[in-house]
Amino acid sequence: MVIKLKQKVSIYAHAAVGGKEEYAGPLGKSLDYHDNNDRFSQDSWEKAESEMQRIACNLAMAKAGEELPQLLLAGDLMNQCTSSSYGLGGFELPFLGLYGACSTCAEGILLGSLLCDGSVDRAGLVTSSHFCSAERQFRYPLEYGCQKPPTAQHTATASGAFFVHRGEGIARVERVCIGRISDGGVTDANNMGAAMAPAAVDTLHRFFSSTGTRPADYDGIFTGDLGYEGHRIVCDLMRELGYDMGDSYTDCGLLIYDRQKQDMHAGGSGCGCSAMVLSTHILPQIAAGKLRNVLFMGTGALMSPSSVQQGLAISGIGHLIHLTKGN
Amino acid sequence: MSVQKAAYLQYVEKSAKKSPLVLDCTKAFFVGGSICLIGQLLKNLYTGWGISEENVNALVPSSIVLLTAILTAIGLFDQLAKFGGAGTLVPISGFANAVVAPAIDNKAEGWVLGLGAKIFIIAGPVILYGTLASVIYGVVYWVMGLL
Repeated sequence: MVIKLKQKVSIYAHAAVGGKEEYAGPLGKSLDYHDNNDRFSQDSWEKAESEMQRIACNLAMAKAGEELPQLLLAGDLMNQCTSSSYGLGGFELPFLGLYGACSTCAEGILLGSLLCDGSVDRAGLVTSSHFCSAERQFRYPLEYGCQKPPTAQHTATASGAFFVHRGEGIARVERVCIGRISDGGVTDANNMGAAMAPAAVDTLHRFFSSTGTRPADYDGIFTGDLGYEGHRIVCDLMRELGYDMGDSYTDCGLLIYDRQKQDMHAGGSGCGCSAMVLSTHILPQIAAGKLRNVLFMGTGALMSPSSVQQGLAISGIGHLIHLTKGN
Repeated sequence: MSVQKAAYLQYVEKSAKKSPLVLDCTKAFFVGGSICLIGQLLKNLYTGWGISEENVNALVPSSIVLLTAILTAIGLFDQLAKFGGAGTLVPISGFANAVVAPAIDNKAEGWVLGLGAKIFIIAGPVILYGTLASVIYGVVYWVMGLL
């Protein structure tokens, strides 16, 4: 289902915060704020992640001036989305918690845009992921010594805040396409790219066939965090469906780090990955007029440590937003 | 599972980037061998100090455990393990790291429900099934003595 927005809805302010590795990556210099020891002056990793959300939201608010959002949508990877609730409680704004795993950035902008297409004037989306809190929850203790296979990805320590409103802005949200839960039967939590790729392909295919467009019609197509494996699989599967993804297609997980130098295996992942790339790379390029017609898709792996241990296949989801140059 | 999913899994499996097995095994061989060499050097040192063989046999693993705990605490062991793989996992250093790492990690949730409850989250199965295996071995040993 592709929804074409009736009103002119735009992203009008955004900010991104990152950790040490994210700052060291190719997009690091464009971050609004970073902390070189990933702790953000907190005594636990979970609190550090909440603090990232608070800082990101604060910075976006500073850019928004008097145009503050009327409500906040937020989500993260932690159990019960506590990074969002503890990080954003202090803003005393109406709050809706989301869970879309790593697709939260796109899911939130999508929902915020639809709200602004209706009765809401301004909505904010905040999301985050933290390598240390995610490792603790989903994998092993931080200091536990083990090797990861080349298909594994690195959860980004980053947070992004994006405000949308009815009116002009940096990038206009033209159309949105809500993802469907789909799984390709992958059970390996060390190959999330392969687990999420079928969902990404499903959304892309539905979007292209519904709008009658092709990948070449867009000057930038970005998936959220499929990494090296998932990016390659999407190209292969789309080719089978008759679409050549071309050079304009890349993945945020491939852009956020220098994979070879920073030893990031298949690339970055996490809610913060696509949020940081959207804020530090995609939106600035749209603002500068270098990109005018962009597809941004958040990809999420809908799993939990228990579901993986019970051998259930990892489901994926891909939410797509079509962004164009605002004015 | 549908045919389509089976085909997809086969494609994923076939096309996924693989770990460099020969390189990984070589690194594991040298890192693991170095840890054993350190153990042997410690054994010679302790024996040279006139400590009895029985005590030396307990002191050497204890020293490796202590060394691993310190390296884990200062954040160096996981980097060594990332390089050495099974080379650090198989000697007793791997077991020590598997206990110390969760202890550090879960301290934020308190001494009892955090550190206390979760310290054996990785090493627990080894302790449980190791004990179980030794009981079975004991029974077999006892039965063979009767025959």
